Amino acid sequence: MKYFARAITPNEAFFVRYHVFPIPLEVDLATWRLRITGRVERPLELTLDDLRTKFPRVAVTAVNQCSGNSRGRFTPRVLGGQWGDGAMGNAEWAGARLRDILTAAGVRQGAVQATFDGLDKPSFPSVPDFVKSLDVTRIMDDPDVLVAYEMNGKPLPMLNGYPARLVVPGWYATYWVKHLSDIEVIDHVFEKFWMKPAYRIPDNACGCVAPGTAPARTVPINRMTVRSFIGSPEGGSRVPTGRPVTMKGIAFDGGHGIQEVQVSVDGGTTWQAANLGADLGRYSFREWTFSWTPARPGRARVVVRAFNAIGESQGRQPLWNPAGYLRNVIEHVDLVVG
Amino acid sequence: MRRAFAPGLVAFALAVSAGAAADRTIVLPADDRYATLALGPGVEVTRQQCSSCHSTDYIVMQPRGDARQWDGVVTKMIKVYGAPVNDQDAKTIVEYLAKQYGN
Repeated sequence: MKYFARAITPNEAFFVRYHVFPIPLEVDLATWRLRITGRVERPLELTLDDLRTKFPRVAVTAVNQCSGNSRGRFTPRVLGGQWGDGAMGNAEWAGARLRDILTAAGVRQGAVQATFDGLDKPSFPSVPDFVKSLDVTRIMDDPDVLVAYEMNGKPLPMLNGYPARLVVPGWYATYWVKHLSDIEVIDHVFEKFWMKPAYRIPDNACGCVAPGTAPARTVPINRMTVRSFIGSPEGGSRVPTGRPVTMKGIAFDGGHGIQEVQVSVDGGTTWQAANLGADLGRYSFREWTFSWTPARPGRARVVVRAFNAIGESQGRQPLWNPAGYLRNVIEHVDLVVG
Repeated sequence: MRRAFAPGLVAFALAVSAGAAADRTIVLPADDRYATLALGPGVEVTRQQCSSCHSTDYIVMQPRGDARQWDGVVTKMIKVYGAPVNDQDAKTIVEYLAKQYGN
């Protein structure tokens, strides 16, 4: 959890997740192209140099979090990657605006969605290729959706999508297609495997159902829920009695921005506001600190919760859904005082 | 049990990511320490068939379950994820998983 005591996650500590095997282990820029096809006036084939030089470079600091981050904590347990809390990170992503690229290609009348495919291709033709989609209106309305070629000021690491990946701030990482190679503008809603039936959440306000049950209707997963974590001290640490200890952590949401972080040192009975760190934008981890002087020796449960700009927060009880998505229960660490 | 291996997956992800600092060409590390399948009848078929798409640590991290759970998982791998596994091997895998990773 030490990486979640600060706003920027180093590239070499960033989580990695793929869907189909084998994954690309090398990329030749002489042959790599980003193709834009489908319902466009001018199909494009862009080199990495084209991306760098033909479109303004735009940077956004944004959280990239797996839809199933913390799935391993679900009760009753659910099948899938049994993540702890590490399937998230925050970086400054830089690249070309997706809408600038689509504008250069000229989106034609009747365009509904764009699909995104990368270099990772399954070993068997029967295995569904990893392809995602976004609404064209969402792309054209959102200046922060990028085709990024830099991560924290460096070229994208291979395992984080070299040479270019989609960046969809505020939305779960499933949309952030790596090693992006093909964008197709289409006249319908794309419903192949990785949009349906995969990566769906219950179609209701909480995205949840009674534990152990199946939702009647589902929609594609989208905006991230509010979360906050204590990065330091780590759970199980010993802290001295009568001396101040600085609690540190991060909070984030799906793009409204963090308004307030509150800390409780009595297990969630009383709450006090934490100090917020620098504002790196509404899609970023927001650092927080809280100075606490433990009065008595013994065990102490320190709890954190965040509120975003539209008042959304976190619950005391975890919500449940069969795929293990959207987890945002209030988190805590147990410390030993004295 | 749950707490014991959930952070392990994170550690695995960090280790893989750390190998990625060089651009353009990378070499992946070996499967992590959770990848060792329990020995028993069907282990070789299971290793061979399942590893063509995912590492074996993905098997051993899953919640334990009875034959019904594992039959559901193997059927999903074949029907939904398109794994080319024949009926006989599928039966062997389900029996192996239900015995070694049962409740």
